[in-house]
Amino acid sequence: MLTLDNISLQAGNFELKNISFNVEKGDYFVILGISGVGKSLLLESIAGLLKTNSGEIFLRGKNITEEKIQKRNISIVYQDADLFPHMSVYENIAYPLKSKKEKEIKEKVLNAAEQVGITDKLNRKPETLSGGEYQRVALARSLAAGNDIFLLDEPLSSLDSKSKSELRALLRKLNRSGITIIHVTHDYEEAISLANKIGIMENGKLVHIASPVEIFKHPKSEFVAHFTGIKNFFRGELKTIQVSDLKEFSSNGLKIFCLTDVEDGEAFLMIQPDEISISNQVEIGSARNHFKGKITDIAPAKLGLEIYVDIGCEMVALISSDARKSIGLEIGKEVWINFKASSCKIYN
Amino acid sequence: MTSIFKNKSLLNLVFTFLGGVLLLFIIAPLAGMYLNTSIGSLKEAVGSEEVRNSVWLSLWTSMAGTILFSFLAIPLAYLLARKNFPLKSVVNGIIDIPIIIPHSAAGIAILGILTRDSLLGRTGELFGIKFIGNPAGIILAMAFVSIPFLINAARDGFAAVPERLEKIALTLGASPIRVFFTISLPLAWRSVLSGFILMWARGMSEFGAVIIIAYNPQTAPVLIFERFTSYGLKYSVPAAVVFVSVCLIIFVALRLIKKKD
Repeated sequence: MLTLDNISLQAGNFELKNISFNVEKGDYFVILGISGVGKSLLLESIAGLLKTNSGEIFLRGKNITEEKIQKRNISIVYQDADLFPHMSVYENIAYPLKSKKEKEIKEKVLNAAEQVGITDKLNRKPETLSGGEYQRVALARSLAAGNDIFLLDEPLSSLDSKSKSELRALLRKLNRSGITIIHVTHDYEEAISLANKIGIMENGKLVHIASPVEIFKHPKSEFVAHFTGIKNFFRGELKTIQVSDLKEFSSNGLKIFCLTDVEDGEAFLMIQPDEISISNQVEIGSARNHFKGKITDIAPAKLGLEIYVDIGCEMVALISSDARKSIGLEIGKEVWINFKASSCKIYN
Repeated sequence: MTSIFKNKSLLNLVFTFLGGVLLLFIIAPLAGMYLNTSIGSLKEAVGSEEVRNSVWLSLWTSMAGTILFSFLAIPLAYLLARKNFPLKSVVNGIIDIPIIIPHSAAGIAILGILTRDSLLGRTGELFGIKFIGNPAGIILAMAFVSIPFLINAARDGFAAVPERLEKIALTLGASPIRVFFTISLPLAWRSVLSGFILMWARGMSEFGAVIIIAYNPQTAPVLIFERFTSYGLKYSVPAAVVFVSVCLIIFVALRLIKKKD
């Protein structure tokens, strides 16, 4: 649907270098990178707000590299300060509508407002809206414009965690309804939670594009590994356990107990290596998860040692050199790994 | 911002005193003028058709110049706020020239382009428009000396509008013209209106340039000057009080409307 072919752009001292990717209709593509790597520049060049120095952009097969902004039919939503402050919510949503018939405009505004759940806020001014409501209005306006490709520039960054989670659900819903989304963020949890495809951006370059599982399990570069900092990352199925406050996450034949309020269904599980303990015998304590496995590798980390244990899939635990000595950990040795249900971070 | 009355530091007291002296400098001459005018002479001035006509002429010619030239000034202000181009700083400097040159010299310069021998003068005559000794010339003289106020205020207003909003409007399918009229101008309107009021005010009080272009018909500043030189201070003050009062009433009202909005 959208193809970037070798896009380069110079903006002041900063440069986007040879960016190429392809986004299919219905994709949720998250571009992940730390601040200042050129994520926003990339979005603005797709929208036509910045002129590229070289390369081509194709939308539905048509070369739009030199197309005027207003003819591209691509919406952009920023972190904040998107809405026209002198207009009401209704007027903001109606802005892209060109019909002269008031009834038709009203119908479309109501429809867009309904999709994002702000029908009761139509008479309000943008400055009276909460962060989440504000972003919903910006999304409704993009829907009203009739564009089916949205560029989102850190849209959740200034929101509290409750609004974040609600807006994530809304973004997933919009994506499922057929809207193609390109979303830039520095938050890997946001990327895991939303993307079907992630691009990692580093110093003006897209260094790795792949599925979330691929990106986090097999980072292509040291930068990606360092940036994500994720070792134990699994895709699986989450399901409620009757008469328990725990849920069961199944992946690769493993059943892991998790303490989470995420809804049942397909989900991602992440456990930080420092949350996992290793023992020679199964630990009796508050940890609900115990797996027997064989040590496949021991690697020095920035602090301590990373112990790779094969329990049917690879798990990594971070321990001190002192602990290794005291329990005598060696490659090939059979050990138990233990972690609490509350250490499991679940994203859907 | 803290209240001026709560802070009793030496700096605050000294600054308050100095500010007070300055305000007195502005208010005292005007107050003196009002206090030295008898009700009878004021009634006489208000009843004088000559005074009323001159005040009205000042008001409408300045307003006409402001409206007419705003069609040129506002687009230029927008360009200066949004675009970079070669010699932009020179253009900004040119805009301020009318403020710094003596207004009598400005009048002579304008006279040079409005005479019957000039292109503008000849073109005007083709359409039956005379500039010298005519309201059309007064309009041009007033606009020349007051236009920088509108351009500068509008430019600052446009510069303060987040460019991102204009870009978002474009991504929503709006044409650049629609973006200007629905986003840029409404968001900058306070500054544009301030500039509009300042230009109008500066234009209607113009004397130096106007007297060279048109001694007659007489605008209020010219009438006041003529009465002063012909009959003295006593005869000119009531006319001055009438004109100053009209100006003050209009500007206080406009400021109140702007503040309320």
